[in-house]
Amino acid sequence: MNHWLTILILVPFLGGLVVAGLGAERKNLVRGLTLAFSLVGLIGAFCLWMHFDVNSGGLQFVEQADWVPTLGIQYYLGVDGLGLLMVLLTAIVTPLAVLASWQQDDRPHVYHALVLWLQAGLFGTFTALNFFHWFLFWELGLIPAFFLIKLWGGPRRGPAATQFFIYTMVGSVTLLLSFLALWVATKTPTEPGCFDFIKLAGLAKSGDLAAKLGAVLGWKAHIGLLVFFGAFLGFAVKVPLIPFHTWLPAAYAEAPSPVTMLLTGVMSKMGVYGFLRILLPIFPDQVRQVLTPLLWLAVATIVLSACAAFAQRDLKRIIAYSSINHLGYCLLALFAAAGVATGVNNPDLQKAAALDGALLQMFNHGLTASALFLFVALLERRTGGLRGLGDFGGIRKVVPVFTGLMGIALFSSLGLPGLNGFVGEFLIFKGVFPLAPWAATLSTLGLLVTAIFLLTLIQRVFCGPLNERWAKLPDLTTAERWLVLPGIVLMFVLGIWPQILLNFIDPTVMKLAQH
Amino acid sequence: MLAWTIYITFIGVLVLMLLPRDNARAARIVALLTAVAGCVVAFAGAIQQTNPGEVTQITRLDWIPAIGAHYYLAADGISLVLVVLTGLAAVAGILFSWNIEQRTKEFFAFYLVLIGGVYGVFLSFDVLLLFVFYELTIIPKYFLIARWGSTRKEYGAMKLAIYSFVGSHLVLIGLIAAWVVARAQLGHATLDLTELAKVSFPPAFQYWVFPVMFIGFAILAGLWPFHTWAPTGHVAAPTAGSMLLAGVVMKLGAYGCLRVAMLMFPEGVRDWQWAIALLAVIGIVYGAGVALVQRDFKFVIGYSSVSHMGFVLLGLATLNTLGLDGAVLQMFSHGIIAGLLFAVVGRMVYDRTHTRDFNDLETMHLGRRLPYAAVTFVIAGMASMGLPGFSGFVAELQVLMGAWLVFPKLTLLAGVGILIGVAYTLRAIHKGFYSDAPPAHAGHDHPLEPISVPERFGAVLLIGAALVIGLFPDLLMNWIEPCFKSPLFERLLKGGAL
Amino acid sequence: MNPYLDILRLAGPEAILTLTVLVVLGADLTLLRGQSVARRFNGGAFLSILGCVAAAGFAGLRLQGQTDADSLNGFLIVNPTIDFLKVVLLVLTIFTLLISTSGKFTNHVGEYLSLILLGTIGLMLLVSATDLLMIFLALEFASLSLYILTAFNKHNARSSEAALKYFLFGGMSAAFLLFGFSLLYGITGSTNLGQIAAGLAGKGLDPLLLVAIVTTVIGFGFKVAAVPFHLWAPDAYEGAPTPGAAFIASGSKVASFYVLAQIFSVGFAGAEGSAVWHGALPGWTPVLAVVAALSMVLGNLTAIVQSSVKRLLAYSAIAHAGYMLLGVLANTPTGRDGLMFYVITYALTVIGAFGVVAVVEDATGGDAWANFAGLSRRAPGLSLCLMIFLLSLGGIPPLAGFTGKFLLFSAVVQAGDNLGLLWLVILAIVMSMVSFYYYLRVLKAAYVEDAAAGAPAIRVPWPTRLALLLLAALVILLGCAPGLLTQFL
Repeated sequence: MNHWLTILILVPFLGGLVVAGLGAERKNLVRGLTLAFSLVGLIGAFCLWMHFDVNSGGLQFVEQADWVPTLGIQYYLGVDGLGLLMVLLTAIVTPLAVLASWQQDDRPHVYHALVLWLQAGLFGTFTALNFFHWFLFWELGLIPAFFLIKLWGGPRRGPAATQFFIYTMVGSVTLLLSFLALWVATKTPTEPGCFDFIKLAGLAKSGDLAAKLGAVLGWKAHIGLLVFFGAFLGFAVKVPLIPFHTWLPAAYAEAPSPVTMLLTGVMSKMGVYGFLRILLPIFPDQVRQVLTPLLWLAVATIVLSACAAFAQRDLKRIIAYSSINHLGYCLLALFAAAGVATGVNNPDLQKAAALDGALLQMFNHGLTASALFLFVALLERRTGGLRGLGDFGGIRKVVPVFTGLMGIALFSSLGLPGLNGFVGEFLIFKGVFPLAPWAATLSTLGLLVTAIFLLTLIQRVFCGPLNERWAKLPDLTTAERWLVLPGIVLMFVLGIWPQILLNFIDPTVMKLAQH
Repeated sequence: MLAWTIYITFIGVLVLMLLPRDNARAARIVALLTAVAGCVVAFAGAIQQTNPGEVTQITRLDWIPAIGAHYYLAADGISLVLVVLTGLAAVAGILFSWNIEQRTKEFFAFYLVLIGGVYGVFLSFDVLLLFVFYELTIIPKYFLIARWGSTRKEYGAMKLAIYSFVGSHLVLIGLIAAWVVARAQLGHATLDLTELAKVSFPPAFQYWVFPVMFIGFAILAGLWPFHTWAPTGHVAAPTAGSMLLAGVVMKLGAYGCLRVAMLMFPEGVRDWQWAIALLAVIGIVYGAGVALVQRDFKFVIGYSSVSHMGFVLLGLATLNTLGLDGAVLQMFSHGIIAGLLFAVVGRMVYDRTHTRDFNDLETMHLGRRLPYAAVTFVIAGMASMGLPGFSGFVAELQVLMGAWLVFPKLTLLAGVGILIGVAYTLRAIHKGFYSDAPPAHAGHDHPLEPISVPERFGAVLLIGAALVIGLFPDLLMNWIEPCFKSPLFERLLKGGAL
Repeated sequence: MNPYLDILRLAGPEAILTLTVLVVLGADLTLLRGQSVARRFNGGAFLSILGCVAAAGFAGLRLQGQTDADSLNGFLIVNPTIDFLKVVLLVLTIFTLLISTSGKFTNHVGEYLSLILLGTIGLMLLVSATDLLMIFLALEFASLSLYILTAFNKHNARSSEAALKYFLFGGMSAAFLLFGFSLLYGITGSTNLGQIAAGLAGKGLDPLLLVAIVTTVIGFGFKVAAVPFHLWAPDAYEGAPTPGAAFIASGSKVASFYVLAQIFSVGFAGAEGSAVWHGALPGWTPVLAVVAALSMVLGNLTAIVQSSVKRLLAYSAIAHAGYMLLGVLANTPTGRDGLMFYVITYALTVIGAFGVVAVVEDATGGDAWANFAGLSRRAPGLSLCLMIFLLSLGGIPPLAGFTGKFLLFSAVVQAGDNLGLLWLVILAIVMSMVSFYYYLRVLKAAYVEDAAAGAPAIRVPWPTRLALLLLAALVILLGCAPGLLTQFL
C-alpha cells in the first residue's frame, strides 16, 4: 500500500513539532527549518503530480483502513484531479508565506509551527474522504489560523480572530449535526452508519438517501432540505457566501499579511472544495430544489462584494472583498452546473466548461490573491504598517519594479487575457451563460465593478503626483524579487498555457459533471 | 487482581498515617508511589480482561448472609474504563499537589481514602458494598476542601457534603425499598447486582423508586437543577480536590445512575426518559451559558463541568447503545479534560498569581510569562470544546448520534450548548492568557515561578490520554461496547430502536 | 436442692457484681483511705473491672452451655440471648469505668464506682425479667442509681439541677408505668408477660388495654428519652459528670429497649394494630410510630442549634431513640435483631464519644465548639477516635452505625406489608441526613479550625486511651462484619 498522502500530511505536522520545540532564540534555524519542511511538501506535491494518471478521472493514491469500525469511521484518503489541484496550491502558497514572514521576530518558533500545522491541516482536508477523518482536519485547520491572527495580528485582532473562529465553528457544528443525521439515516441494525463521502454520493444518486432520511427521522417532506441546509451553512461560511461573509474583511485585514496569504490563498478554497466534494454530490436533489435562491446568492456575492471593495480605504480590505468576489464566480459555476439543464444543447459540455473554469479559478485566484497580499506585506514593511488607499500616490516613480510586478498581479486579478486570471473567468462564463443566462448577465456587473476598483487602486497608489512622504521609498531588494518571481512567472505561464492544469483537471471534471 | 487497586490505596493511607508529622517530602513520595502502583494495577488488570462484555468476578465472600450482602467485587468493560480513569486522575492529582506544604501527610491521607473509595465503587457488584464505598468518599471530600481549599472553603465543603449525603440517602431509600420487594419476589434476600438486575419490579413501584434513586445519584453527577453544589465546591476545593471532584467523583454519580438505578428499573427509566433528557440538555445549555459570564476563572471551569456532565446524562437517557457508549466514553474523556483544566487554573495560574479574577489576569499577560500553562490550557480548551482529535469529540459525537434517534429537537439544543461552549472557552483563553490589557500597576511584572517538573509530567499525562483516546477511541470502545450487548444490559435496551 | 441456691446460681453474674460492690466499698474505706483521688480511682476501678470480668466470664460460660431456665415464673429468665446481653452490659460498664478513672469531679470514689456497678446489676436484672413486677423493680433499681450518679458532680450546680429533674420525671413516669401494669394485671389476672398475652387474646382493644399501652409507652419513653418524654435528657446529659452521662446513655438504653420490645411484642401481642401508611389500625404500633417520628424530627432538628457538644449528644440520643423505636414497632424477629444490634453498637459508640468529650473537658475546661478547635493537632489519636464515633452516629459506612441503620431499616420496611412502613424509614433517613450536618460540624472544629496559638498537646490518660481505642476498633469491626454480633442475638 502506498502511503504518499499520509507522509505528505505527516511531514508538516512533525515539522511543526520540531520547530515549536526549538525555542525563541534560534530564529534563523526556525525559519530555515520551516522553509525546508514546506519545500518538502512542495516537492511531495510535485511528485504526486508526476505520478498522477491524467487519463483517469477517479481517485488515486488511495489509502483506506478501518479506524473505528463500530462507528463506520475509516482512515480514507485519496486524490483526484480536484484534490491534486488543491494540494498543489497549498504546497505552492505555503513556502511563499513562510518566506514572506522572514522578518517575523516575535516568538517565531510558535508562529512557524502554527503555519506548518495549518499546512498539515489543509493537506488533510483536501485528501480525506471519510467524514470523521475530514472533519478532524477541517477543525484542525482552524486552530492555527485563529492563533496566528490572535497573537500576531493588527490592532483589532482580538475581535477579528474571535469572530472568525465563532463563525466557522457555527458552520462546523451545523455541518456536524447534518452528517450525524446522515449517519443515523444510513445505519442498519447490522452495519454502522455511513461517513464515507463516496458511498453517500452513490446513495444520493440512486435516490435512496432522502428516503432513508425521511424514514428514520420523520419530517418526511423537508428533512432532506434541513440536513442540506446544515451542511450548506458550514461551507457557505467558509467560502464565504454573502450574507455569511462578515467575518472575512476583519480577519483578513487584521491578520499579518503572510497569514492572509494563506487564508485567502488556500483556506478560502476549503469552502469551495467542500461544495464540490461533499455538498453537491451528496445533496443533488436539494441543490436543484433551491437552485434559484443559490444562484441569487452567488450573484449577490459577486456584485455586492465588488461594490464593497470599491468603497474600502484599506488595501487589504479591498483585496479581501475582491477575494469574495472571485470566489463568487466559482460558486456561480458550481450552482449552474448543478442545475438541471433544460433547453440547452450539449449540457454536459457546458457544465464541464463551467466546472473547469471554477477549478482553474480556485487555483489562479489562490495564486493571485496570495501574491497581492505578499505585495501589500512588502509595502507595509517599507511604510511601517501603512496601507491605506489614500496614504500613497505616484509611487511608481520611486519603486518602478514593485509597481510593475504588483501591477501584473493586479491585472491578473482583473482578468486580463494572457494572465492566469482570465482563463478561469472565461471558462466560467462560457459554461454558465447557456446554463443560467440571467445569472451570468448580472455577474458581468461584477466584472465591471472589479475593473473599476482595481484600476482606481492602481491610479491612487501608483499613478498621479508623487506623495512626498514616500520619496525615499526603497524598491524591491534582490531577495524580494526572487521571492515574488515564481508567482509572477506562474501567472504568465498559466495564463498562456492553462493546459498544464487542465490536463489533469478535465477527466475529474467530466466525472463530476456527470452526476 | 483489580481489587488490589483498592487495597494498595488503603495500605498507602496506613503508611502515610505512620509517617512522622512534618515530613512533607516523605508524604508526597509515599502518596505518589501508592497512586502509581494503583494505576499500574488498574491498567494491568484491565488489559488482562479477555472478555469485557461479561461481568468478570474478582472476589466474592459472604458478608452479611442475613440480608444477602456479599463482598462481591467484579468488573466489566464499563468498570475497566472508569478504573483506568481513576488511576490516571489519581496520579495526575498528586503531581499537581506537589507544592502543598501545610499538613501534607493528612492531605494525602484524605486524598488516598477518597481514591480508594472511588476504586471500590467502580468495582463493586453488590449494591450494599457499592453504597458503602460511595458514602465513604463523602468525608475525605469534606476535609480536603474545608482544610486546604480557598474561596469560601468551609461553606463550599459543607454544601458539597450535605448535597452528597442527601443524594446518597435518597439512594438508600430506594435501595431498601427495592431490597424488600426483591426479597418478596425471589424468596431470598439478595443485594447482588446481577441478581437484582433480573428481578421484575412492579411498574407502579418502579415509577416512584426510579426517580428517587436516579436523582440521588444524579445529584452527585450534577444534574440540573441539583447541580448547585458543583461550582461552589469546585471553586473552593484545592487543585487536586477540584481535579478529582470534577474528574472522578461526578462520574461516581453517573456510574451509579447507570449501574444501579437504570439497570434495576428499566421500565422506570422509560417512564422518565424524556424528563431526564430535558434536564440534561438544560444543564448543557445553562452550564455553558453561565460559564460565559463568570468573572472567576475557576467558576468558568466549574460550570463547564456541569455542562459536560449534561452530555453524559443525555447519553444515558437515550437508552440506545450509541448514546450509552457515548455517555461512558464522555465520562472518561471529561474526567481527563476537567482534570487538566482545573490543573492549569488552580495549580499553574492561581498558585502563582493568587488571583482568579479575569480583570486581574487580563493585565498579567500570562500568555508570555507562563507559555507552558497557556499552551496546556489552549489544548485543554480545544479538547473541552469537542475538537476532533481529542476524546471529547468522539464521545459527544456518539451521544449526539444516539440522541438524534430519540430526541431530535433536544439534540439541536445540545448543539447550541456546544457553540456556547466554544464561546466561553475562547473568552477564557483570551482573558486568561492572551489579553493585552495594560497592567494596572507596575508590580505585575515580577517574574512568576516557572512550571515545575511534576506539573509538566501531569499535564503531559493527561493531554496524552485525551489525544490517544481521541485518535484511537477503539481502545476504550472495545471495552464499552460489548457490555451493552451483554445479557446484563439486555433488559434496559430491549424495545430501544438501536 | 436449696431453691435459694438455685436462684443464686441463676443470678450468678448479679451476685458476683454485688460482691464486687461490697469489696470496692470496703477497699475504698480501708485500704485506699488517704490516697490521692487518682489512686483511689485507679484502684477502685481495677477492682470493679475485675468483678465485671468475672461476672462476664460466668455469663459467657453459661452462654456457651446454652442454658435455658425460668425461675419463679418469669422473675429471672436465663437463655443464651439474655446471657449475651448481660455480657454486653458488663462490657459497657467496663468501658465506662475505664473512662471514669481520670475524673476529677468527685472525692467519693467508692460510692461512685459502686453506684455504677449497682446500676449495672439493676439493668442485668431488667433484661432477665418477663414479669411485670420484676421489670418495674429492676427498672427503678437501675434508675435510682442513675439519678444519684447524675448529681455526683458537686462542683457544678447544674449537676444537682439535672439530677432533680431526672428524678422528678423518673418518679412520675414510674407512677404511670405502675398504673399501667396494674391495669394489665386487672384485665388478665397475671403479671407474667406470656400469660398476659394469653389473657388478652381475643379480647380486642379493651379501653383499659389502650390506657395500659399508653402508660407503658410513657414509662419507657421516659427511660429511653423519646419525645415527648425527653425533657430531662439534655439537662441530665449536660449536668452529669461526663462518664456518668456515658453510662446513662449506653447501658440503660440497651436494657430498656430489650425489655420494651419484650413487653410489646410478647405481652401486647395481638394488640399491635398497624402503623402502615394509609392503613393505620389502632394498637400500640401507631402510638410508637408517632412517638418515634416525633423523636427523630425533634431530636435532630434541635441538635443543629446546640453549642454544647454534650447537649448535642443528648439530642442525638433522643433522635437515635426514635430510630430504635422503629425496630420495636417492626415486631418481627429480624426487626428485633436489628434493634439489638443497633442499640448495642450505639451504646459502644456513645461511650466512646462521651469519653472523648470528658478528656477535652478536662483539658480545656468546657465542651463548646471552641474547646474542640484544633483537636486534630493537639491530640491526633483522640480526634481520629472522635471522627470514628461521630461518623458512626451519623451513619457513614463502613462503621457500625451505618450497618445498624441498614439492618434496622431494612427489617422495618420488610415488616410492613407492601412497603407500608416505608414512610417511617423515609422519615428516618431524611432525618439522618440532617444529623450528618451537626456531627460534621464538630469534626470541622476538630480538623479544620485551628487551635488557639500555643495550645499544648492534650495528654490522654492511658485507661481512657485504651478504652477509646478498643471502642473505635469495635465500631469499625462490627460495622464491617456485623455477623460477629448478630450470631449471638
